Amino acid sequence: MDEILEILTNDARITPEEIAKLTGKTPAAIRKAISKYEKDGTIVKYKTVVDYDKIRDNSSFVRALIEVSIDPQKDVGFDNVAERIYSFPEVSSCYLVSGDYDLLVVVEGESLQTVSNFVASKLSPMGGIRSTKTHFMLKKYKEDGHILRKSKGPKRLSISY
Amino acid sequence: MKKTGKKTRISRRVENLAPSGIRAFFDLVLGMKDVISLGVGEPDFVTPWHIREQAVFSLEKGDTTYTSNKGMPELRQEISRFLHHRYGLKYDPHEEALITVGVSEGLDLAARALLNPGDKVLVPEPSYVSYAPVVELAGGKAVRLRTTLENGFKITPKDITRAVTKGTRAMMINYPCNPTGASYSREELLEIAKTVKKHNLLVFSDEVYDELTYDFDHTPLSSLPGMRDRIIYFNGFSKSYAMTGFRLGYACGPKDVIGAMTKIHQYTMLCAPITGQIAAREALRNGARAVAEMKREYKRRRRFIVDSLNELGLPCHLPEGAFYVFPSIKDTGIPSLEFAKNLLTKKKVALVPGVAFGKSAEGFIRISYASSFDNLKEAVRRIDEFLKGK
Repeated sequence: MDEILEILTNDARITPEEIAKLTGKTPAAIRKAISKYEKDGTIVKYKTVVDYDKIRDNSSFVRALIEVSIDPQKDVGFDNVAERIYSFPEVSSCYLVSGDYDLLVVVEGESLQTVSNFVASKLSPMGGIRSTKTHFMLKKYKEDGHILRKSKGPKRLSISY
Repeated sequence: MKKTGKKTRISRRVENLAPSGIRAFFDLVLGMKDVISLGVGEPDFVTPWHIREQAVFSLEKGDTTYTSNKGMPELRQEISRFLHHRYGLKYDPHEEALITVGVSEGLDLAARALLNPGDKVLVPEPSYVSYAPVVELAGGKAVRLRTTLENGFKITPKDITRAVTKGTRAMMINYPCNPTGASYSREELLEIAKTVKKHNLLVFSDEVYDELTYDFDHTPLSSLPGMRDRIIYFNGFSKSYAMTGFRLGYACGPKDVIGAMTKIHQYTMLCAPITGQIAAREALRNGARAVAEMKREYKRRRRFIVDSLNELGLPCHLPEGAFYVFPSIKDTGIPSLEFAKNLLTKKKVALVPGVAFGKSAEGFIRISYASSFDNLKEAVRRIDEFLKGK
C-alpha cells in the first residue's frame, strides 16, 4: 500500500480511479486504503505547494529560520518549551536538532517587522529560552523535493524512433 | 537492384536503401508547437544528476582526450563486472568487450565485421528501423521475420525455421522490443536457442531495454548454455539511465568478432566520446537506485495506458518491457499514417504510425509512454475525442 502514499505525495489531487489505473487495484480498494490512512493519521493532510515568488505584489510573506537555545528545566526537558513555542500560529515548523542549538523554529509573517516583533516580544522572553538567532529566508531554491526555479532545460525532439 | 531513372552521384547501395516514408510526417510533427507527443523514443527523465555531475567534473578536470580504441579499460572492467553480477555472464574486458558510439554503431560494426556480400540475415518485423538498413549497407540481405499480434509479437522457433534458407547466416533479435514492447521468458528463449543452434545462426542480440522488463526477470540469450559463442550482445545506457544524447553503448561477444569490430571501429570512429564513457562508468557504479525509480514509474504508466487504450476500443496487448505499446487501429479502417496525420492535425497528439516499422505493421500505432502521467491522461482524452469524431 506504500505505492498509494507515494502517488498521493506527488499529486494530492489524483482521483482514486486514476490511482487504480496506475496500480492495477480497484477504485474501491484504493478508496478504502485512503480512508484508513486518513483515519489513523498516516495521511495528516493534503497540501498545495505554491511558488509565492510568482505571485505579483507578494511582498507580504516573510519566512525566518530561528535557532533557539534552551535551558532545559528539571524533569521537563525540551518538550515543554517546544510545545509553548509551536503553539503559536506564527510558528509553521518546529524541530529538535543536534548541534550548537536546540530547536529549529520556522516562523512566517507578513513582513520583516512582524517576524522580528514576534521573536522579540513572544519568543525570546519565554521562560526557558536562553538565546535566539534569527535567519531570514531570502530565496527558495527547492522545497519538498520540488525545484522551484527550473531553468528551461533542453527539450526532447517531439518525435523519434 | 532498383534502377534509377537519372544519373546519380550517390552510391548504388545507398540509393537502394528504402527511403523513410515517414520523414515527411516527422517533419510535420517537429514543425508544430504545443504537441502532446506519444511518439518519443527516449526517456522523459533527465540523466540522473550524479551521472551528469561526474561528466561535468571530468570536463572541469580536463578529461578531453582520446581513449583506447576499445574504450577506457576502467569502463570495460566495470561492464564485465556488472554483467557477471547481474546475469552471470563472463566477458573478458580486454578481448570480449568494445565500447561503441551508441548501440547503433555497435550493430553497424557487427554487420560489417561478419557479413559477406549477399549473406542473409533474419530481421524481425515490426522492429526498430535501423536493423534492415544496417544489414543492407553492410552488403547483406535482410529477410523479414514476421511477428504478429496473435503470438504477442514474438519470434517463434517455427517462424525461424520457415524463414531460414541457404545463405542465412544470422538473426537479429531485440527484446524488450521497440516498437512492440514484447519480451521473452527464459523458457521461450531456450526454445529459440535450440532453433538457432539447429540452423547454426549467429545472433545480434539488442537488449538495450533489458532493465525495463516488468513481469519477469530478463534473461540474456548469451547466458543460455551453448549460446555464448554465437551471440553478439548489445547493450547501452540510453534507455536504462536516460543517457540518449551521450551516445554510449557496448558490444560483448567472442574474441574474434569483437576483434574484427574493433578493427573497423578504430578506423572509422577511433573511440567513443570520453565524457560519455566517464558518465557510463558512474551510471554502472551508482545508478541502480535511479533505474529502479524510473522502472517503477514506467510500470505504472504502462498499466494506465494499456487499460485506457482498451477502454477506448483500441485493442492493446500488455507489453512485457520497454516503454511502448502497440495497439491495433484495424477497426477504424484507417491506414496508420493517415490516422497519425489526422490525429496530429486535429488534436495535436503525435505518435508513430506502425507502418514505419515494417509493412506488416500496418494497422497498428506505436505509443510511447515515456511521458508524464498528466500528458498521458490528456493524450488519452484527446484520442477518445478523435475516435468519436469530435
